[in-house]
Amino acid sequence: MAIIERPSSEVAVAGGATVGVKPSEALGVFKRPAASTSWRDWIVTVDHKKLGIMYGVAAFFFFIVGGLEAVLIRLQLIAPDGKVLNADQYNQMFTMHATTMVFLFVMPMAAAFANYFVPLQIGARDVAFPRINAFGFWCFLFGGIFLNTSWFLGGAADGGWFMYAPNSSTLFSPSHGIDFWSMGLQITGIASLTGAINLIVTILNMRAPGMKMMRMPIFTWMVLVVQFLLLFAIPVITVALFLLTFQRSFDATFFDVASGADPLLWQHLFWIFGHPEVYILILPSFGIVSEILPVFSKKPLFGYPIVAMSGAAIGFVGWGVWAHHMFASGLGPVSVTVFSLATMAIAVPTGVKIVNWVMTMWGGKLSFTVPMLFSIALVVQFTIGGLSGVTHAVAPSDTQQTDTYYIVAHFHYVLFGGAIFGLFAGFYYWWPKMFRKQLSESLGRWNFWLMVIGMNMTFGPMHMLGLQGQPRRMAVWTEARAGEGFFNLGFWNRISSIGSLVLSLGVLLFIINIVYTHKSKKVAIAPLDPWDGRTLEWMTDSPPKEHNFDSIPTINNLDEFFHRKYAQDATTHEITQVATAEEVLAEMNAHPDEHIHMPSRSYWPILLALALPVIGYGLIYNRVILAVGVAMIVLTMFGWAMEPSTAADDDFDPPAPGDGGGHTKELAPLG
Amino acid sequence: MADTAISHGHDSGHGAHVTSTGLSNNKMAMWMFLGSECLLFGGLISTYMLYKGRVNSGPQPDQIFDIPFTSVSSFVLLMSSLTMVLAVSAAQRKDDRNTNLWLTITALLGAMFVGGQVYEFTAFYREGLGFTTSLFGSSFYTLTGFHGVHVSVGIIMLMALVGMISRNRIPGNKAEAVEMVGLYWHFVDVVWIVIFTLVYLIPA
Repeated sequence: MAIIERPSSEVAVAGGATVGVKPSEALGVFKRPAASTSWRDWIVTVDHKKLGIMYGVAAFFFFIVGGLEAVLIRLQLIAPDGKVLNADQYNQMFTMHATTMVFLFVMPMAAAFANYFVPLQIGARDVAFPRINAFGFWCFLFGGIFLNTSWFLGGAADGGWFMYAPNSSTLFSPSHGIDFWSMGLQITGIASLTGAINLIVTILNMRAPGMKMMRMPIFTWMVLVVQFLLLFAIPVITVALFLLTFQRSFDATFFDVASGADPLLWQHLFWIFGHPEVYILILPSFGIVSEILPVFSKKPLFGYPIVAMSGAAIGFVGWGVWAHHMFASGLGPVSVTVFSLATMAIAVPTGVKIVNWVMTMWGGKLSFTVPMLFSIALVVQFTIGGLSGVTHAVAPSDTQQTDTYYIVAHFHYVLFGGAIFGLFAGFYYWWPKMFRKQLSESLGRWNFWLMVIGMNMTFGPMHMLGLQGQPRRMAVWTEARAGEGFFNLGFWNRISSIGSLVLSLGVLLFIINIVYTHKSKKVAIAPLDPWDGRTLEWMTDSPPKEHNFDSIPTINNLDEFFHRKYAQDATTHEITQVATAEEVLAEMNAHPDEHIHMPSRSYWPILLALALPVIGYGLIYNRVILAVGVAMIVLTMFGWAMEPSTAADDDFDPPAPGDGGGHTKELAPLG
Repeated sequence: MADTAISHGHDSGHGAHVTSTGLSNNKMAMWMFLGSECLLFGGLISTYMLYKGRVNSGPQPDQIFDIPFTSVSSFVLLMSSLTMVLAVSAAQRKDDRNTNLWLTITALLGAMFVGGQVYEFTAFYREGLGFTTSLFGSSFYTLTGFHGVHVSVGIIMLMALVGMISRNRIPGNKAEAVEMVGLYWHFVDVVWIVIFTLVYLIPA
């Protein structure tokens, strides 16, 4: 067993005398919480795996909220002259549906997977900045809750998720909804920015010995690209949101045409953020399926370096295509041509990925488990969405499609059929790693087929609705103007609305599957390596111990775990299994590391994050609350900075016998 | 900033904080943050460049800018970069007394710059340029205000550093802590050079 040194008397000391071990009271005024149990541990934890699960649970909650909003939208449109919502509520509903799904579900769910699996995949014990990691989670959670409290405080944001001027002005949106929206997104933006810095440093700096960049699992590669996109995209939306807040709260006129402003400024700022954002949403899922397809094809990923580099290429070219969201705004022929060509160019690295996935499956021994089904569905559905995306790159055609349901169809195919299917593939693939139990395959198949059928029923007809000219964000349709025959708008709206109910049923089955898996006594503990995995996260216990690996492995190959299990005969090129997962693990753990210092828990991340919504409410309602929030920020920041990075020397276990070096706590400065 | 999980296995050796790239986690994180800040100021500067000619009935940029005054305060800010370098150098020599001295002088020079900005804003306001007078006014105060807030945060960091060094409350590598604040401080100075050139020196 590895020896963990931790400033706590509760930790059993492996061997040696126990004299001199103290609880972490030696930490002075700003003492750190010692190892605790129950719910309190979740409040103060800095463990990347626990934070990953917390990200996942919170994001899934917001997924249900956003899903219910979507169902209300579709119920409104199921029949002519819908009475479910009035026009005002309908505006709030589609704005918050998009905002919730983008900022509070897909992004944090990708962060959940990145948090949990990136350190495991690169052979690290935690992320580079565990407290900042916890801070990021609490920012996301409090920002999301803050945003949604606007429902109960006079109405939510109603300007559409890209909040164009003049709809975002106080004249057209007098409620506080948009103030909540811009402040809430600032708070979740802090979560994304700190998370991005943290994960970049983790991936670049904390790889196990021998884990070169080109030996990193593809999921880790895609996470790295996404974090760089976030790093440079978030500050741009930050500027845009500040300008909007100054306009709404302090009477500036940044987007007010009557005062001589240029409304295109908002559009540019928003989409310079917004287009990298769509790659921020999709690339983690690309990473997930790039892990899953090789495992269930029994083949290495076809063209690993090409897949990694095409991801990076998407990351670069993704910065040069934002104005294709603005073809209808009169940019002039040169701009339109340049952005049109760049948009067509970005289809190339995306197409390269599709080809690589297909070639990975080609000739493989395919096993159609639920994670594999979701992955294949991503390849198919994303290709459909990608092709309709290319039709938008053609500016004349895009001018016809702008603000119609055709656009809605396109981005739901790439976001639902792409990003969300990838996340569901990840749920089913990594569930046994995180929770020791494998989600039911038979329920999973129902879940999968209902979601695929529901998705195509919901979003497929929108192509026809859009090309027929039905505008997006239309609160009601009337029978008199619905048209006739095959292109009757009412017919396709009805199909689409029924599809959304099928889709909801699919998601409901996923929840039932979770409950069944964990409540039913019939579901056995999953084996250590249920899928015959290839990457490092499978080379440890399920779920992993707090310190992830008893001994940090040395990496000699891409797909290290596979190479430890299998060997290729030099003459016949036949691959035979030489060790089971249990044997690999036992061999690795034969010589566990000693003196593993795990980061101590901390109160400060949640306290600092708590100050941010206080500032938000203060800016909207009351300057006194604002002052309280600012004071909280200052105090908690100093508390954070003064908190010792770890306990005093004599808080730790005494040195192991024969270990000449004594204590070597190499600590990083600041907090 | 960090309390990184560190393994001191028998093979990894004692004493050295080994990272895959050789650059420390803290320093890499600071560089990433500053990279992100470039786009924050990029957005604000773009907004100003778009709106600098839109003055409504309010004053024009060249009617109110006092170039000699702002040149002096810019010079003060640039000199604070020099004293910051001296502080980092003293910290690397483990000379706490001089580190604190230079850090304090850096903070004072920074405070002089912020004081100059407050004076300048007051003067402009008296001459009829309010925050909502024109798009020029809004974007000017937003851009230079954001920079001023950055300098102010830097001053707080410098003073906190002085306090923590004299009470010996900095865990880990003291010189690196000073260097990190230094990186931030230099960045804020470099941004001011860009702002001063684009806003004040190039005529609208």
